[in-house]
Amino acid sequence: MAPLLSVRDLHTRFHTKRGVATAVDHVSFDLAAGEFLGIVGESGSGKSVTALSLLRLIASPPGEIVGGEVSFAGQNLLALSEGALRHIRGNDIAMIFQEPMTSLNPIYTVGDQIMESLIQHLRLSRRAARDRAIELLDQVGITSPAQRVQEYPHQLSGGMRQRVMIAMAISCNPQILIADEPTTALDVTIQAQILDQLRALQQELGLAVILITHDLGVIAEFVSRVLVMYAGRVVEESPVAPLFAQPLHPYAQGLLQSIPQIDRDMERLESIDGVVPSPFDMPPGCAFAPRCRQVMDACRVAPPDLRAAGPDRRAACLRLNEPADTAR
Amino acid sequence: MRRPLFDKRLKMTLGGGIVVAAILMAIFAPLLSPFDPNQQDLLQRLKPPAWSAGAAAGHWLGTDNFGRDLWSRIAFGSRISILVGVSAMLLAGVLGTLLGMVAGYKGGRIEQVIMRFADAQLAFPDFLLAILIVAAIGGSALNLILVLGVSGWMIYARVTFGLTRSLRERPYVEAAVSHGAWDWYIIRRHIFPQLVPVLTVVSTLQVAQMILAETALSFLGLGIPPPAPSWGNMLAEGRDRLFVAPWIANLSGLAIIIVVWGINMLGNGLREHLDPRSGDL
Repeated sequence: MAPLLSVRDLHTRFHTKRGVATAVDHVSFDLAAGEFLGIVGESGSGKSVTALSLLRLIASPPGEIVGGEVSFAGQNLLALSEGALRHIRGNDIAMIFQEPMTSLNPIYTVGDQIMESLIQHLRLSRRAARDRAIELLDQVGITSPAQRVQEYPHQLSGGMRQRVMIAMAISCNPQILIADEPTTALDVTIQAQILDQLRALQQELGLAVILITHDLGVIAEFVSRVLVMYAGRVVEESPVAPLFAQPLHPYAQGLLQSIPQIDRDMERLESIDGVVPSPFDMPPGCAFAPRCRQVMDACRVAPPDLRAAGPDRRAACLRLNEPADTAR
Repeated sequence: MRRPLFDKRLKMTLGGGIVVAAILMAIFAPLLSPFDPNQQDLLQRLKPPAWSAGAAAGHWLGTDNFGRDLWSRIAFGSRISILVGVSAMLLAGVLGTLLGMVAGYKGGRIEQVIMRFADAQLAFPDFLLAILIVAAIGGSALNLILVLGVSGWMIYARVTFGLTRSLRERPYVEAAVSHGAWDWYIIRRHIFPQLVPVLTVVSTLQVAQMILAETALSFLGLGIPPPAPSWGNMLAEGRDRLFVAPWIANLSGLAIIIVVWGINMLGNGLREHLDPRSGDL
């Protein structure tokens, strides 16, 4: 089956006073209908910029989508007119963001804000939009939705606001929902509730979800397939279980080792030496080479491409085909 | 903390009261004035106000050089001043706010063109510009409104530009964009409503500026052509008789001062009232 969304060689950079920073460096991936895909990486690895680039939501200037292709429903979103893209945003591909506290306009009721896109995209009457807004609030697990719909954002808790954002996002029955760190600003119990809600909606509505997070725990529990990003590139792509069982890329290995294990005594947490290279000063070879414990001379020559490694797995490491035990 | 002599409540009541009184005066000028403001009575010329010796009966603020009743002229003069002041403010406000919002929202080349144009016009003495234009197209109430409106848009543009720039970066605006909202929709719904408090204050103060500009232009003979009464050309006529009939210039000047003072006080009171940092909103 053809993928719902197909990203090829996406390349986004920012022009700043300090120079040109490449935030997304030739990223390619596919998203199947109804799939729950995770993108994981640390701050600055390009995961948010990747998501924003899909819908061309990068402020330009300073941002610039240099090249690549984002195919959705037979169209290249990167080549679409601004007007045509507006019909896709919210309607076919919706997005929720990290800050539920500020993603709602404080001067309108939540009902008004949910109704906005219903009226714009689906051309519902105000009354019908209002009924639908109440229905949506109910669907995302907000109690007494008929009353909440008249309330202002400051009357809601952070978790409820994020639920409102989700209600807005699914209001026009999109096929894809991009969730950019939707739970980072929330506390842990609420986080689990929101993610459960997302998964329930994903199964109920057949949504494809791209979940961006830096939390490997969230990845392990919720998504079915993962992209691991490092310094603007995808370094590993894998179904979730094999990734946790046997990570292929040294960066993914380091990430997983840095999770504290409950069944193991340890004096101090494992960490990856060094820091992420500055986007203004990328090493010529593999971006992870300066921090890699298994680095070879060849790693410093050119960035390795993603190579197939087993069913549905790819990784960008030159040591990929070596036996697993020597790679450790 | 000591209570200030003029707190915001007093400012708003006093300023608002003066403004309302001035507006009522403009509306009911025919009822308030005992004489036709343009009716000359050469036997009664240059009569002093009622409280001075030699006053003429009926003319309680005295008469001018042509024996016209000064009170009637001040009452009718308020019409011109307020009409021109408010209309010019509205024109400048609509123009400046629109351009400022577009520049702030769109950024890039559009911003550069609009804001550099505003800078250029700010650098140019706007009064000189107004004089040039009125001298070219002639003085009338409509021309005054156009000239003052067009020469005063920059202040609105600057204020709305800065605010729009910061509002555009708000997450809910980004969220609206990601939901496929149109630019115009975002400006109308998410940006303009938040500009209203600031615009209220700026435009109130601007009315006072516009009234002063109108009187100044009329004073220079570039405003409303005589014999129509306007506070500015009454002041100009009074200047010639400053030593024999000081009340003409004094009283029309006083009318200008009171109204402008009232509007400025209202504007400052509003600013304190609408400022969320003032505490007791």
